[in-house]
This record gives sequence, structure tokens and C-alpha cells, in this order.
Amino acid sequence: MVERTPIFDAICQVILLIGLIVALLPFAIVIIAATHDIRTVNIVPMPLMPGHDLMANLHEAWVRADLASKLLNSILFAVSVAAGKVILSAMAAFSIVYFRFPGRSLLFWAIFITLMLPLEVRIVPTYAVAANALAPFQAILDVTGITWLIRTVSGFQVSLQWGLLNSYPGLVLPLVATATGTFLYRQFFLTIPDELAEAAKMDGSGPVRFFFDMLLPLSRPNMIALFTIMFVWAWNQYLWPLLVTTDPKFGIAVTQLKLLIPSEFGLPDWNVAMAGTLIIMAPPLIVVILMQRWFVRGLISTEK
Amino acid sequence: MASIGIRSVRKAYQKNAVVHGVDLDIASGEFIVILGPSGCGKSTLLRMIAGLEEISAGEISIDGVVVNNIEPRERGCAMVFQNYALYPHMSVADNIGYALKVAGVPKEERRRRVEATAKIVALESFLDRRPMALSGGQRQRVAMARAIVREPKVFLFDEPLSNLDAKLRVAMRAEIRRLHRRLGATSIFVTHDQVEAMTLGDRLVVMNAGRVEQVGAPAEVYNRPASRFVASFVGSPAMNLMEGTIDRHGVFVYDEERRVAVPDAVENRLVGHKVTLGVRAEAARLVEAGTSGSLPATVDFVEELGAGRVVHTDLDGLSFAVAVTEPVALLPGTAVGIAIDPADIHLFSSETGLRIDAAPAGAQVEPPLVP
Repeated sequence: MVERTPIFDAICQVILLIGLIVALLPFAIVIIAATHDIRTVNIVPMPLMPGHDLMANLHEAWVRADLASKLLNSILFAVSVAAGKVILSAMAAFSIVYFRFPGRSLLFWAIFITLMLPLEVRIVPTYAVAANALAPFQAILDVTGITWLIRTVSGFQVSLQWGLLNSYPGLVLPLVATATGTFLYRQFFLTIPDELAEAAKMDGSGPVRFFFDMLLPLSRPNMIALFTIMFVWAWNQYLWPLLVTTDPKFGIAVTQLKLLIPSEFGLPDWNVAMAGTLIIMAPPLIVVILMQRWFVRGLISTEK
Repeated sequence: MASIGIRSVRKAYQKNAVVHGVDLDIASGEFIVILGPSGCGKSTLLRMIAGLEEISAGEISIDGVVVNNIEPRERGCAMVFQNYALYPHMSVADNIGYALKVAGVPKEERRRRVEATAKIVALESFLDRRPMALSGGQRQRVAMARAIVREPKVFLFDEPLSNLDAKLRVAMRAEIRRLHRRLGATSIFVTHDQVEAMTLGDRLVVMNAGRVEQVGAPAEVYNRPASRFVASFVGSPAMNLMEGTIDRHGVFVYDEERRVAVPDAVENRLVGHKVTLGVRAEAARLVEAGTSGSLPATVDFVEELGAGRVVHTDLDGLSFAVAVTEPVALLPGTAVGIAIDPADIHLFSSETGLRIDAAPAGAQVEPPLVP
């Protein structure tokens, strides 16, 4: 149903405008608060005219939260997670769509179901695995009695150990698997006509070649969309990085925000906290702005 | 160039059989057209030759080598798909040259061969374009160039012209014919369009429901259809078919008023048999109503084709088409007669649907149909 009357148009625009204000108002307050000095920011109500201390506040936040190294960590972390997700889900979807093997659809649905198990739900077992990535294998060896067998025969105690706590792989790897991405790729691969795969086959290209020569170039908009979403998602991760990196060397910017929030008995310098927030939300914003053209195209994905 | 041998090839998806034992020998350099209605298994057969479908039973050999378990790329076949299947993200040149790139042909030679091939199909000035920016006919030519550039032993065409408009189809038909004459490679062309089949093929293979109904030169298939199915499928308008019995005088009886004398029916021991009598629209003639020996009919409507016209008549519920060359002014409902020359009669067994051949004079009589 498409209505086109001036009154209806006006109503629509008013609703959209309200939505825009609701979305932007908190953002505006953050920006304004970041420009005040500590005295002004604590006046109730806070003046809505911007002050003059933006640069000072930014500098203070930067130094106090050690943002130089933390932002670098964050970028490294978010880029690795997003890139890992893009690569892994492309390969997973490729195997699910283009290869006939037993348990194929079971596997797909198993991946799909993990959508219902976000990180927060499975954080304890994930932490246990990160503490020793080989623990599951150790468990298998123990249960099947192979550990016992080896110990009895050779006197050697098998104990597999590969800790990932306080390391970049530990930060990144547990977050790399993605059902959303696999599903997005699968849906895209299903729209590629079978004849294209057959033509490539007749032209002599094997599966790996087909993946690199056909599927990857064709799914570029998809990749960009997925990368953008996942970069922002990874950037905003709080719980996992907090848990897995106790060593400040590996800390990321978002967890560092906690340092800037005034404690109960401390100085209520919300202006600095807001300035820090501004700095930390800049990188995902830049990524979204740069990518948004391809991003939209990747999600609608109707290019023929 | 290569010969192809197909030995009792079958294809079944799970329990669902789609090709029931096809035997066919294709000579080197021959242009074979596989003709049949959709779902008759013709594309499946082609795809088995290409290696895109597994062969459930039987054997396919190319140049004497059994290829059942050989990968598509090693069979030396090139295929042109119905929807072209061009690589959308590559330029025309890259599309044509992709097979060579995969085969590891050096860049310089690749460029030379792509250009030479593009010249054959008149695409030299489009090499930098993307398939998106081409018309249907040009895309079709890219698909053909992609097949030609590999210098394959066998060309496989899977209904390549059915997405083109009528005019372009005729032009491309001529182009494919010319190309075959020039390259001389063995070609197998699958289509459901009988005009395409008649004009392109050295030999036709008419398929129905997973079986080969007839193999023969276009004229042979048209003039001596081997079964009722072939008779109804090949030729436009379709052959008129009437169900009836042969009486003891050797006359085909459709009903009380409509009888056709069948030559040699008695000698061929057809008396008392249920048969299907077929007459081409071009072979039947319109005569005055009541002419002796003619079948009474009423005019249903007249189809004007420009060069000729087809008069559709009604034989008490059975429609019967007659092609005439002269302009006619016949109103619907007019009573007419249809005259049939005994020489133009095709007879098919009503039970098996197979052709019953009139014994030529002096030749031995066909095996008796009545034990």
C-alpha cells in the first residue's frame, strides 16, 4: 500500500524527525558534556550550549586511560575478529552449499542454532577452553582410556596444555565463529545459479579455484557488509576482553572506559568520561561511514 | 573432433528413473540434435556426456575411451548453457579466456587466442565489457566463444537459443550452422524446438519419457516418423491423428461416415486391428462437401500465416488441420470435405504406438502382427 497525500507525507516526516531526535539526543549530550569544564558539567540542569574545554578534556581522557596503546589493541582485536569471521564464514558456507557430504544439513542447522547461544550464555565453558584450548582433546583421551594406556605402557603422562588467556589469540579466536555470517554467505551462495559452477567446472576449474575466482569476487559486497557489522560488534565487546585479559598490556579501549567513569567518592569529572567516550566511539563510526555505500548493497544483495 | 558412443545409458535419481537405456553412436564431426518435450531426459543425457551428472548405468565413450569416471575438464567437451552462465564479474575477454587461464596457458598466447576467437563470433569490439552491458545475442556469442576457444573435441549445446527472441534465434541458428561447418567439431545440440532441430541437425534423436523414439536424418524423421509420438511432435502444425479400426476390406474406419482406404492393409494382415491413422496437414486437401471418398468436416477457424494458412476443421469432436496455400474465404461452420491420398497415410499401432510400414511392392511382408 503506497499512500501519497500531502497530509500523510507530513505525518511521516514528523514521525521520522521524532525518531531522529530520539536517536541523536544522547549523542548530542555526550558531545556537549565533553566540551564543558568540571564545574559546568555538574550544574543541574547541564547547560546545553557547548563550552570551550573539548581539547583539554580529550587530552585528559587520552592520557588517563592510556588510550594510545588501548586503541591500537582495540583496532587489532576488532579487525582480526571481523576478518576472521569473514574468512571463516565464507569457507563454512562454501562447504555447506557446494559439497554433498553426510550430515550436511545437520551441520548447517547446528551452526544456525548457535545463534541462540550468544557468548554471554556460554562464557564459562568458553573461558575454560580458552584457559586450555586442548582441554577437550585431553578429556577425550582421558575418557577413552588412552591416557591410561600411554602411562601404563611408556610411563609418560599425557597432559595437553595450550593456554590462551592474556594473549591476542585468546582474545580473538573464541569470537571468530559466526552463525550470522555463515547464514548470510549461504543465502548469497544459494542465489548464484548452478550453471555458473557448472560452467567453471567445464572450464576446468576445481573447487578451490572456483571459490577464489568466482565466489569471492562475487561476494565482495557481502564481505564488506559482514566486515562492517562484525567490526562494530567486536569493537563493542566488553565482557569477553574483560575476562580473558587480566594483563593490562592486552586491554582494549572499551574496557578501559571504566577507568574514566568517576567513582562514588571521586571527582565527578563526567566531562572527561564523555570525552573518552567520544574518542572510543570514533573508529567504528569512521568504518561505518566509509563502508556504508557497499554495506547497504551487500545486505540487499540484488545485484545481478 | 571425436566420435561418441553411448551404450544403454541410464540415469536415476534415487528410485526415480529419468533416462531408460539410451544407445547412440555419433560419428566424428557430426551435428546431432536431441529433440524432445521438456522433461524427456534430453538435457540429462547431455549433462551425462559433459560429466556434470553421474551415469547410473551404462557407458559413455569419447573417441573410444570410456569417460564414466573421468572429470568433466578431462573429457574435452565444451558446453553452452541455456542461460549463458557467463561470469558476471569478468570482462568478455576474461570470460572467454578463463578456461585457458585455468589450463595455465601463458598470458601472451591467451590474449592472442581470445582475440582470434572473438573475431570468429564478431565480438572484437566488446572484449572489455562486462556481460551485464551486453545484449542477449552478444551474451550468447560470448558463451559460444568460451566454448570455441578451448578447441574442444565435442561441443555440447543445452537449449542455447531458447532465451533469445524469434528473429535473433533464426540468425544465431545460421551462425551455429556456419560455425560447425568451419570448425567441424562433433556437436550435440539439445532443444525442444522442432524447427531448430530440423534446420541444424545432420541427424535427429527424438526422445520421449527417457527413451529414444527415433534416430534419423531430419527428412526421414519428418517423412517416416517411427512412432505416434514422433509423428505428433515433429512438424507444425502437428500431424492429424485418428483412432480407428481396419475392416475386412482393408478400409480404415473412424466412424460411420469417415473411412479411408489403406493400401495393402489386407496383405499386411491388419484386418480387425485398432490403428492410429496419421496425415500431415500439408498432405490433406480441402474439397467440396460431399465429394465421394472425402471425410465430412466443418470449418472451425482459419489460421492465417502469410505464406499459407491452416484451416482447422472439426470431425465431430476431433480437430483436424489442413494446410492450404491459396487464400480461402471460409466462415466457421462451413461444411467441407477432406481428401486424403492413400500414399500420404501413416499408420501406427494403437497398442504400441509404433509405425506400421506398408510393405513396398515385391518386398517381403513384415512379420505378421496377428499370430
